[in-house]
Amino acid sequence: MSPGASLESDRPRSGLPTPDPRFAVVVFPGSNCDRDCLHVLRDVLGYRAEFVWHEEEDLAGFDAVVLPGGFSYGDYLRPGAVAATSPVVRAVRRFAEAGGLVVGICNGFQVLLEAGLLPGALVRNRGATFRCEWVHLRVERADTPFTALYAPGEVVRMPIAHGDGRYHAPREVLEEVEQRGQVVFRYVDRDGRTTPEANPNGSLHHIAGLVNREGNVLGLMPHPERCSESVLGGQDGRRLFESMDRWLRERARLTAGRTR
Amino acid sequence: MTAVTQIPEWEAAGLRREEYERVCALLGRRPNPTELRMFGVMWSEHCAYKHSRPYLKRLPAAGPGVLRGPGENAGVVEVAPGLAAALKVESHNHPSAVDPFHGAATGVGGILRDVLSMGARPVALLDSLRFGPPEDPQSRRLRDGVVAGISHYGNSVGVPVVGGEVLYEDCYGANPLVNVACVGLLPASRVLGSAAAGPGNPVVYAGARTGRDGIGGAAFASEQLEETSAESDRSAVQIGDPFAGKLLIEATLEALETGAVVALQDMGAAGITCAAAEMSARGGVGMVLHLDRVPRRERGMTPVEVLLSESQERMLLVVQRGREEEVLRAYRRWGLHAEVVGQVTADPVLRVYDGDALVVELPPSALTDAPTYRVPEEEPQTRRALREVDLSGLPVPDPVQALLRLLQSPSVVSKRPIYTQYDHMVQLRTVLPPGGDAAVLRLLEAPPRGIALSVDGSGRISYLDPWAGGAAAVCEATLNVACVGARPVAITDGLNLGNPERPEVAWELAGVVEGIAEACRVLQVPVVGGNVSLYNESERGAVYPTPVVVCLGVMEDVTRAVPTGFAAAGDVVALVGSDRVSLGGSEYLRVVHGKVAGAPVRPDLALHRRLLDVLARAAEEGLLRSSHDLSEGGLAVALAEACVAGGIGVRCTLSREFFGARADLSLFGEGPSRVLVSVPPERYEAFAELCGRCRVPVRLLGYVGGDQLRLRLPDGEVIVPVAELRSAWEAYR
Repeated sequence: MSPGASLESDRPRSGLPTPDPRFAVVVFPGSNCDRDCLHVLRDVLGYRAEFVWHEEEDLAGFDAVVLPGGFSYGDYLRPGAVAATSPVVRAVRRFAEAGGLVVGICNGFQVLLEAGLLPGALVRNRGATFRCEWVHLRVERADTPFTALYAPGEVVRMPIAHGDGRYHAPREVLEEVEQRGQVVFRYVDRDGRTTPEANPNGSLHHIAGLVNREGNVLGLMPHPERCSESVLGGQDGRRLFESMDRWLRERARLTAGRTR
Repeated sequence: MTAVTQIPEWEAAGLRREEYERVCALLGRRPNPTELRMFGVMWSEHCAYKHSRPYLKRLPAAGPGVLRGPGENAGVVEVAPGLAAALKVESHNHPSAVDPFHGAATGVGGILRDVLSMGARPVALLDSLRFGPPEDPQSRRLRDGVVAGISHYGNSVGVPVVGGEVLYEDCYGANPLVNVACVGLLPASRVLGSAAAGPGNPVVYAGARTGRDGIGGAAFASEQLEETSAESDRSAVQIGDPFAGKLLIEATLEALETGAVVALQDMGAAGITCAAAEMSARGGVGMVLHLDRVPRRERGMTPVEVLLSESQERMLLVVQRGREEEVLRAYRRWGLHAEVVGQVTADPVLRVYDGDALVVELPPSALTDAPTYRVPEEEPQTRRALREVDLSGLPVPDPVQALLRLLQSPSVVSKRPIYTQYDHMVQLRTVLPPGGDAAVLRLLEAPPRGIALSVDGSGRISYLDPWAGGAAAVCEATLNVACVGARPVAITDGLNLGNPERPEVAWELAGVVEGIAEACRVLQVPVVGGNVSLYNESERGAVYPTPVVVCLGVMEDVTRAVPTGFAAAGDVVALVGSDRVSLGGSEYLRVVHGKVAGAPVRPDLALHRRLLDVLARAAEEGLLRSSHDLSEGGLAVALAEACVAGGIGVRCTLSREFFGARADLSLFGEGPSRVLVSVPPERYEAFAELCGRCRVPVRLLGYVGGDQLRLRLPDGEVIVPVAELRSAWEAYR
């Protein structure tokens, strides 16, 4: 099943239980949203999730990898630059090539760009200061493994917290990204309009998150793990993880059906 | 040729002649040059609290749930069965004046490690800042640098800055105040301390390497700043590395998981000297240190430099003998340096070796038992006169214009442009974010319980009446915590004053401490630790005596947390608490009339205690839709803020009886123990009954609704659209 394919399938359901998907949450020195991501996956959603140390070279047995926010390796050189050369990111690359789901949040998005798993770059915010606040996002695609539980064009609220979140890419790259429909989240106002005020960091085309061509690697600046429980002010982020879980279960079911 | 005057060796080390003589008497000999330098920093005001210790004894430290009180790196109090919170506030005023970015950043790093030293994971930071007026580019530069420094360090280590305050006065122009507080959480059964124990136990150095930075920083912080300080004292300011700080937190918590750590302390002011001396003295033991085993960043460092370096991100630990490898492994896994640099000895002597040479040999208690001083206290005549200034003849301005000017006052305006530069959400605990009366954090370890945090200082009131100022700071911090629905359980205080050798400052110090002490006694809230920063003084004069109080409160259910803003049309708006107000020391008097004068209201502490109880109970019973304490700008500003925060208007009538003689006094007068609440109409009777039962005055003012602030006065009406209030309040400069 390709990541972009519909979750609904006309194949016969096997009826047999498939193992729960296993999530890896990578811990770089300097990660600081690693514990938050694990909390949401394991304690809030009840998924199987574990930390994976940055020196790990093998992701066998995992179905999805989360690269969390923070300041990996102190963000020396450029945000995400050192992490992109780490053993675990080499493993993430192989994992993604094999079709595994990878989501990079905030610093994790920066790592994916530095590693070349996604096109473009994230540079210093317009205004040059760190910004931590709630923003509105428009879900541009609801047919990815990360967004199937959102409605296309739906406006959601998520927090951002970054100093280097301004998406930038050469014009031809930007055009290609748009043409292929790789933009998944865009900064908008509450009514879904891409007004200049709704763009918190000056990102080109208001890009807040995008997928690779294959659709199995997502990077986004907003923090879905910070809005997965209503007590924290909103739970629009929760469906991102739930979409991943559902997609992985579906894939496992189909694979099991095929091999039997 | 200019003549060179020989400075006596004790003076070069920062000691007075009589202090030097006392050192000789304690040792029974003259200290060698290395030892003398150690005494110089350890007996500095910054490390030894020479002028403040006698006063601080008056603060009530005991209370139910207090697990560690003053004298440790942070206080510890139980916040849920089996769960404890460590809290501490600290100043970084002098370094921030010289280098605002690094000064403030290292202040954050230091306070994080104080809390870490108790075995706690830091979960929240708060900052209390004072600068000169923002019209002055130099003040803006200092403020922006300090905010950037806090943002840089706090964001990188992943500890949210959940609250704070920023105020502006001329007196802070040359001496900004940067107080940062930290709260951490730990299992109540695993509270650690800094008392070394167990002769033969290894002493472990962990963290970043030692360099030449910050040498003599503690002594520098104990002097007045000179105009040339920005250049000449830069070497006394340490440079922090938040990445190393983050690794140190994670590695230390991992090391503590082994159960092999006996005691630990941050190497902060006076570096390894202070850590070794305090840990030994507290445990009544001695220590041997081998300086050649200390990881170093630079070659050729002398023993004095290693002993006094204030390089950041370093901890000293005492570890169970035979288990040192487990602890070293935790630090090295995180890429940090960790070495056994010595061991605990039974005889209470600190011995320091440089190679084979014994360079220091003295009782650790000699270093920690600095003399204390009592300066005769004297209230200056001018201060009394200022307090007695007759304000009754002041012209009463147009209330709308005055309100808009107050909302635009830099001390009143929205601090959103500041707190959005801080990550205030990381760690997923923040239920009520910055911008309200107090922050609320959920306790993931004990749901649905939570803690509330607020930091409040009182410079102007303390200047006019130190006792009132000390008490007011406690009242405001506790009230903010109660406004969101929590019960105050502990405070930590930071005192910022001028040169304590002057009788005027001694008088201020005595009054402020007595005010805090009396308030805490009546409110039954213990002071579990604190900080004193003196010599905040330059050629331009001293800062206002500025007590800063951080209050920690506990609430049973975070989903009952009460926000600041009005929420629903038709809700009843009421004023709860004291009716006593004054223009003395008010923001209104300063902003509109350009005066700092008059007598502030002294709090009625018994009433305040009842008010705290009413608010917590009302929140627990779900009676309140919003609550907001009255502070700078009085009733009118509180109403405006509640409208703006909720995006909805209000319609109130102020009766002639309530209104009194002067419109400005009723609208903008300030006094402690006053809260604006909104209550769903069907719950108002229950709320008023609760107030009556608890003997807390409550006065119905009006109703939430519309898109204007409408105040019907006995002789006219104030009408301002909420949008206009908002644009005034958001005029951040």
